[in-house]
This record gives sequence, structure tokens and C-alpha cells, in this order.
Amino acid sequence: MMKKLLSAAALLASSLAMAAGPAVPLDKAPIDLTDKVSLQNGAKLFQNYCLGCHQMQYQRYIRTFRDLDIPEDVGMANLMFTGEKVGDHITNSMSAKSGEKWFGATPPDLTNVARVRGPDWLYTYLRSFYADPSRPFGVNNDVFPMVGMPHVLQELQGKPYKAYETRLVDGEAKQVYVGIKTDGSGEMNSEEYDRAVADLVNYLEYVGEPTKLEAHALGVKVLVFLLIFFVLAYLLKKEYWRDVH
Amino acid sequence: MFKNLMSWIEYRLPFMEKMNLHVMQYPAPKNFNFWYFFGSLAMLVLVNQILTGIWLTMNYVPSADGAFASVEYIMRDVDYGWLLRYMHSTGASAFFVVVYLHMLRGMMYGSYQKPRELLWIFGMLIFLVLMAEAFMGYLLPWGQMSFWGAQVIIGIFGTIPFIGEDLTLWIRGDYVISGATLNRFFALHVIALPLVLVILVFLHIMALHEVGSNNPDGIEIKKDNDGTVEQTEADKKFTFHQYFTRGGKKIIVDAIPFHPYYTVKDMVGVAGFLLVFAWVIFFFPEGGGFFLEPPNFEPANPLKTPAHIAPVWYFTPFYAILRAIPHPFMGAVAMFAAILALALLPWLDRGKVRSVRYRSSLHKINLVNFCVSFVALGVLGVLPATPTYTLLSQTFSFTYFGFFVLLFFYSKNEATKPLPVRLT
Amino acid sequence: MSNAPVDQGRRRFLTIATSVVGGVGAVGAAVPFIASWNPSEKAKQAGAAVSADISKLEPGQLIRVEWRGKPVWIVKRPQAMLEALANHEDKLRDPESVVPQQPAYAQNRHRSKKPEIFVAVGICTHLGCSPSYLPDDFSAQVEGVSSGFFCPCHGSKFDMAGRVFQSVPAPSNLQIPPYMYVDDNTIVIGEDEGTV
Repeated sequence: MMKKLLSAAALLASSLAMAAGPAVPLDKAPIDLTDKVSLQNGAKLFQNYCLGCHQMQYQRYIRTFRDLDIPEDVGMANLMFTGEKVGDHITNSMSAKSGEKWFGATPPDLTNVARVRGPDWLYTYLRSFYADPSRPFGVNNDVFPMVGMPHVLQELQGKPYKAYETRLVDGEAKQVYVGIKTDGSGEMNSEEYDRAVADLVNYLEYVGEPTKLEAHALGVKVLVFLLIFFVLAYLLKKEYWRDVH
Repeated sequence: MFKNLMSWIEYRLPFMEKMNLHVMQYPAPKNFNFWYFFGSLAMLVLVNQILTGIWLTMNYVPSADGAFASVEYIMRDVDYGWLLRYMHSTGASAFFVVVYLHMLRGMMYGSYQKPRELLWIFGMLIFLVLMAEAFMGYLLPWGQMSFWGAQVIIGIFGTIPFIGEDLTLWIRGDYVISGATLNRFFALHVIALPLVLVILVFLHIMALHEVGSNNPDGIEIKKDNDGTVEQTEADKKFTFHQYFTRGGKKIIVDAIPFHPYYTVKDMVGVAGFLLVFAWVIFFFPEGGGFFLEPPNFEPANPLKTPAHIAPVWYFTPFYAILRAIPHPFMGAVAMFAAILALALLPWLDRGKVRSVRYRSSLHKINLVNFCVSFVALGVLGVLPATPTYTLLSQTFSFTYFGFFVLLFFYSKNEATKPLPVRLT
Repeated sequence: MSNAPVDQGRRRFLTIATSVVGGVGAVGAAVPFIASWNPSEKAKQAGAAVSADISKLEPGQLIRVEWRGKPVWIVKRPQAMLEALANHEDKLRDPESVVPQQPAYAQNRHRSKKPEIFVAVGICTHLGCSPSYLPDDFSAQVEGVSSGFFCPCHGSKFDMAGRVFQSVPAPSNLQIPPYMYVDDNTIVIGEDEGTV
């Protein structure tokens, strides 16, 4: 009976994974929540490139500073631009109305975006913009087609375009899509850009659940304790049940 | 001095007497197996839900404007708020896991059969209230899935002919799910339904102790004191409350006092359960997207439906039956019939032998059929309704109800194995 | 059934060991419930230190700053007011500020860091009303003292250093919060050199 339940659970999990599969295969985001340098860089990227339109209205500056080992004065000097207090939430002054006017929809709050989309989605999305003159902002995205967001990281990546190569397929010369390339006008090369996006995604993952590392650390202790309790309870049960068996 | 005080109280409120009756001298069959852990575990989860729930209300704001932000406040600003919230959200799923296994136990060993029909009915009522409790609780975080899941389930009532439309309006208290709906669900979730649940659990246990626990052999441990069965030396070792021997008319065999034997055994079950429970809470609180669904991390937006709405996993077997029937109202009827059929088991099963151990191969196969159908429906309820999946849902809905129909017919004259006199 | 005699020692040991470990577990499980009653991050940030600009403060003027939901007064006392503080000490309950109602740096006659700038929590030590500031007509309350604070609720009286007069309901001097000067024009209330 147990075996049946377990196999059913496995079936359930695998079929859901298929159902939720996105249109484009997602790259695994190379992130590490213990990497404070990466998180700090991610926070800097967020403040510089995202906060103009997207808020983190449930996360306080002080929380980011504390969890990422950023001294308060350093954080205030480098990550806070408009005279907020460290206890304030990470918000911008763009109203929901003007956001809707400029982008067609209010840019979503990003506090929980990593929990909604998952880090792999974000990592792939931010590396999948490509030039498309038919779109209002001149860019489109394979992961989120027709997205109403400009490519804000373009100054880092350079202008991305879909690259095709002529290849022989079944004896015929055909144009084959080989991926997204840039015109080289960005401040970063492709590896540096991937690393920067990973740092940003790492930060978003952290903000989605700032207690994750704390939970893991506490969880190990709780499990060890419960294991001890389990062994003791089992021995106690065996001892008493000698009366019965 | 202390002794005097105790007897003074005992005379006015016989606490020790009741403890003896229900715990220390309660005769429990000695052959409970793994499946008998889930009753006490359900109680443990109930306590967990009540305690963490009370603590969550201390910071939760039951309003359409404040609910989502207050949950984030609990997760981020309140000391250990994240832990209390994960204990509650994981507890909701754990509740259904243990309750489903507890029900399956009852089906395997015929624990619903005479004289335990009322016990089973109370159990089914607990299950119903639990579903209502879980459904209303799921609206409270005011995320996208809260909103749209509630939309779908309230919509089920809208399929009732003539009154449906007005009924949904009345349930919501608004033309859409709004703060009015949230507030009434909150009131029911934190006060009314838990109160009903606790009362029903009390009645469930009282009804259990009146007729006594069933066991994996499905035979009684209280025998008529007419000389056909004699107590062995081992039976005489324990004293049970005289209430259970009905003034000498019954003798009790193969039983052990609930305390200490099953209290220490249940403790092992509790420790084992907590290991799994804590593992989920601390390492996988989203439960792979089943316990906390990803769209629920976005605030409710009445103008934007998530790409795929499925109820939480514990409702999906019934939801799949609903979707399998092309006619909306008949679908709703079928869904409620699926629950009602379970409640009617004591009368649908006309067999005299309780435990699957001594019943026919046909019954064993039928029981497997029920489990497979139920799990398959659960999986299908999560998946989008493509034509293939709908066909599968219809098939398994058919086999689900088939279990009850077949049972009704073969159980009357079933070829069963001979029952032992004593527990094995 | 085994007929071996029950090993009572082992049984008692295991019972005690399981009870102790279970008890520790129960205490551990209580921690999140108890800890969640501590001030949350929101409360802590709302209770954080506040800064006030005193560059525009006129002599004799009182401004109010909210700190942890309480009014904090900042008064610029002119020289005459400061000198008058010495003249009525026989009428005060605690002229030396012996009762610890102030940080050590405010335990002096003027109960402040800089003599002319007075900072105090504007809550009467009797039952929590906020006294009125009477810069000119306090002599109606205490003869010969021209300025002070008068609590309208139960008539408690304080001088210009927040020191309580005798025979009023308030038991002690007004509370002085921790504070520090960031520069000559900016005061931070709620933090001082000792807490930073």
C-alpha cells in the first residue's frame, strides 16, 4: 500500500512538472545565497537598473543591509538615492497610474518575483531580449513574448539581436537560428553579462525569502533533535511493549 | 493536604475517574499497526493549526487592502513569523495527508461497519468541516490563487438551478470576491469552524470509546462472558475500567491499556511524523508548489487570471470528478455524491466481515481500484483539462463510483475467509 | 509474551530521558510563539531615533518632535531662564535629579547637554498627560517662578529643567531621552554616543 502511494506521488510530481513547463527551455541560474559578494552586486544592479520602475515594497533597506553584510553608512551612500530612512521599504515614487500609461501595465512589484517565476525563468528572461523594431521599446523577448518592458540592461549587454547562420540541412542551405548575440556596444562581454544577471537573480531570490538560510540552519538543528527524540521514544516503546509481546 | 484537595475536586469533578476510563484503563486491541498512527497525528496537527493560527491572527489584517501585505509583514518583520506561517501552511496539507490515510485505514479494516456507523459519520462531518476550513483559510493570504481558487469553488454553487446566481452573490456578499467575502471567511475560519471542528473531534472520540476501537483483524475484543472464550494469563495481567465489561457481562481479551502502551507507541509515530513535517517546513515550505502555489506570491488581481488555476492538491480528486461531467450542475452533484458515497459506506457495505484480511479477493481488488482511482483523480485535477485528461477523468470517476456500486452487490454474499476468535 | 522480569531501572531511565528531551522540545517549540511578541521590525523602525533641526529655534521657543509615539520637547532657554533655575530649588522635590529619570549627562541643574537646549519627554510623570508650556505666566502657579510646565490634568508643575515641584501629584522629574548632537544644528533623539 505504501509503495503504491509513493509511486502515485512520484507520478503526480512528474506530471505537474510537465504541465508547468515553459515554451522556451530555461537555463539553470548559477546562484548561491551564501555568496554575499554576488548578492551585494545584485542589490547594486537592482537599485541602479530596476528600482526606477519596479518596487520591493515589502523589503526594508535595513534588512538587505543586515543580511548582506553591508554597513549602514556604506549602504546609505551607495544604494539609497532619494533620502529615505534605512528602515523604509525599497520603493520608488512612480505612481501606479503613470506606470500603466508608460508601459501599458503597472510594472509588478519584485519582492516575491523569484517565488512567482523561479530563478531559472528570471535568469533566462533577462538574457533573452533581442532587437525587434516592431515593438514599442524596440526589443522583444523569447521567454516573455510581447513583453512591455524595455531592455534596461542594454548598456551592459550591448544591443542584442537574433543571430542566424547559413548551414547545410539535408543538402540545402538554410538559415538556422544560433542564439542571441550583441553588437558589442555594451560595457560587458557575454560572460560578464551572464554573471551580472546571475547576481541580480541571486538577489531577487534572496529577497523573495530572506529567511531561507536561517530556516535551513535552524532546520538541521530541529531534525537532529527530533532524530534523538525518535530514537528515545522508540526505545521507550520497545521497553514497555516487552509486557505485551 | 494535597490529597485532601484532590479528593475534594474528584468528588465534584471526577477527573481521575475519566482519565482512567478513557486513557489508563481504556482497553485497546494489542495489534494496532502503522495505520493506527494517523488518528493521533490528526489530533497533533489540529493542535498545531489552532496554536499557529491564533498566533497568525495577531498580525494578520483581514481586509482586501491589508491582507497580502500583512502576510508579507509576518514573513519578514515579525520574529519567527515565517516559521509560524510555514507551520500553518504546511500543517494544512499535513492535515489532509493524515486524514486521508486515517480514512483509508477505516476502509481497509471495515471500521465503519456496525456498530461504528455513527463514529464514521462524525468522521465524515469532520472531513467536510475540514474542507470548508481549508477552503476559507486559503482565501486569507489574498494572493492570485486565493482569489481565483475561491472564484472557481464559489462558482460551483452558481451551477445550482434557479437559486445558483443569488446563492453565489450571498456567499460573496458582493458582485466579485471582495473584502466583504474575505472578512466573513476570516470570521468563519478563525472562530466558527474551528469551534465546530473541536466539538466534532470530541464527539468522534466519545463515539469511539463507547463502541471501542476496531483493529486490523476486524474482530471484537469484548466477548460475551458465556464461557465460549476464556481469558488467558496474559489477558488477566491488565485491569480495565469496569465500564467496558458491562458489569461482568463481557470479558476483554487481547487488549492492553491505552496508557502507557499506546501513548508511548504514538509518541514514536509523532516523532516520525514531526521529522517529515519539520523537513518540509524548513527545507521545502512550498511543497514543490503544492502547499504554497507560486501565483499566490502575487497579490489578488480581479482583472488578471493566472494561466492555470487548480485548487489546492487535497481538493483535486473531487475537483476532477466535477470537471469530468460535461454538465456543470451535474458535475457539482457528482462531486458531492463522491463525498456522500463515502459517508454511506456503513450501509453500502453489507458484509459481515470487516477486515480486508479476511475478505474476498474481489474486495481486495476493488479496494485497490478505489485507491488508484482516487489518486489518479487527484493527479488529473491538477492538470489542465485537455480532451485526453478529461477522458481519463471520466474513466476514473466511473471506477471511483464503481467501487461503491460493486461493493454494494458483492458484499451481501461475499466469499470470506473464516475469522479467528482471537487477535492474530 | 516474554517472561523475563521487567527491568525497572531501564524503564525508569528511558521514561525520564524521553520526558526530559520531550520537555526540551516543548520549550523549543514555544520559542517562536514567545519571540513573535517582541517588537517587530516595523515597530523597531518606527521607534528608531529621530533627528530634529534646531537651527531656526528662537530663544524661549518650544518645538515638539515625535519619538516612539511620544512628544519630545526641545526648548531653547534664554540666559534669564537658566539663571532663574537656581532660585527655587527649595520648592522642588528632587532638585539634584537623584531619581534616574535622565541619562548621566543630563544630571545637572539644567538637565541637558548644552545648558540652553532643553530636551525632555513631554509626558507628565503622574498619569501620562502632556503638560502645557507656560513661558511667561507660570507665576500664577508657583509664586516667583515666571516660566515652567503645568499639567492640566491634575495640576502637576515642573520648572524649566523639567524638575517637579513639591506637593503636586507627579512623583518625579520629567524624563530626559537619550540624545546627541550630530552637529550644532541637528539633534538626534533616541540615540546617544553610548548606544551608537
